[in-house]
Amino acid sequence: MYIVIIGGGKVGFYLAKALLNEGHEVLVVEKDASRTEFINNELGSVCIRGDGCEVSILTEVGTGRANMFIAVTGEDEDNLVACQLAKHKFNVPRTIARLSNPRNETIFKKLGIDVTVSSTNIILEYIEQEVPTHPLTHLLAIRDSGLEVVEVKIPPNSPTIGKKVKELSLPPGSILSLIIRPQEKPQVPTADTTLQAKDLIIAVTTPEAEEALRTVLRGL
Amino acid sequence: MNIVIMGCGRVGARLAGLLDIEGHSVTILDIEAYSFRWLPPEFAGTALVGDGMDEEVLKKAGIGKADVFVAVTEADNHNIMAAQIAKHLFNVPKVLCRIYDPLRRELFSSLGIEALSPTTTFAQMLKDKIER
Repeated sequence: MYIVIIGGGKVGFYLAKALLNEGHEVLVVEKDASRTEFINNELGSVCIRGDGCEVSILTEVGTGRANMFIAVTGEDEDNLVACQLAKHKFNVPRTIARLSNPRNETIFKKLGIDVTVSSTNIILEYIEQEVPTHPLTHLLAIRDSGLEVVEVKIPPNSPTIGKKVKELSLPPGSILSLIIRPQEKPQVPTADTTLQAKDLIIAVTTPEAEEALRTVLRGL
Repeated sequence: MNIVIMGCGRVGARLAGLLDIEGHSVTILDIEAYSFRWLPPEFAGTALVGDGMDEEVLKKAGIGKADVFVAVTEADNHNIMAAQIAKHLFNVPKVLCRIYDPLRRELFSSLGIEALSPTTTFAQMLKDKIER
């Protein structure tokens, strides 16, 4: 697969490295001369100096035959414009943009960017998972469905311990998908499963019902 | 008309002044308060510090009731993104945008953004003057 990457910063560099290792043909477009030299020294001649929002540069690197176009500069507006050029001028089938401001997701989607990756959101989610006392952790947002996968830990003093799943009044749109217990196999909860202290529950819910779900499970 | 202008440089400030005298209700945005020094002293509209690519800032500037949105910052991509937010998220009836790069202007015009390129226009004007 031929993949064009815009932006040779940390993200662009490691992405190019990974994709090259998988055997893809990769080309990086980077504005900065010394950064371009660095990438070419490290990865072989895969980086060209230039502005990824300029039609002439994109023509030069053969964007027209690219299967995938990934814009990972630190500026949302540059990533947007580069992807729109790739999509509408060069008909690249798949465009992926990195977002710094999660709020820009709506406009990017509306303008036809195929995939957006919000680095800010991903970092937040990972940090949340590492904070042990956090009552509810976001694991994954299921794209375009309005659903999310979350993790809730039952605290040792929770009034829900000993209750059966059917006795809980779960908010609409929420499903308990998996219970993980220390030293046991993960199990799919049924209506008669009894909750225990330190249960780790993986559930599917909506952003609106998330608060209610947390309250029901933790009883606090 | 309600007009929101993003970018208070020489062009933005001058445009704001002209429209203000005509009696239009003008709000001008810039990320630097210092830029507002370009505005004429008699300017009676609103000058707001903020980034025109930020939806919250646009809402504060009254984008919901705007008849016209003009993007004239120094950066092409800023203008392009803000113009598309105004057009597609806030449905502003008339959106104008400055794009220095003629090739980029061409593409975004075909995508429905009314874009002007001072590069092309000015070069043509100079050529006409030379040949006249």
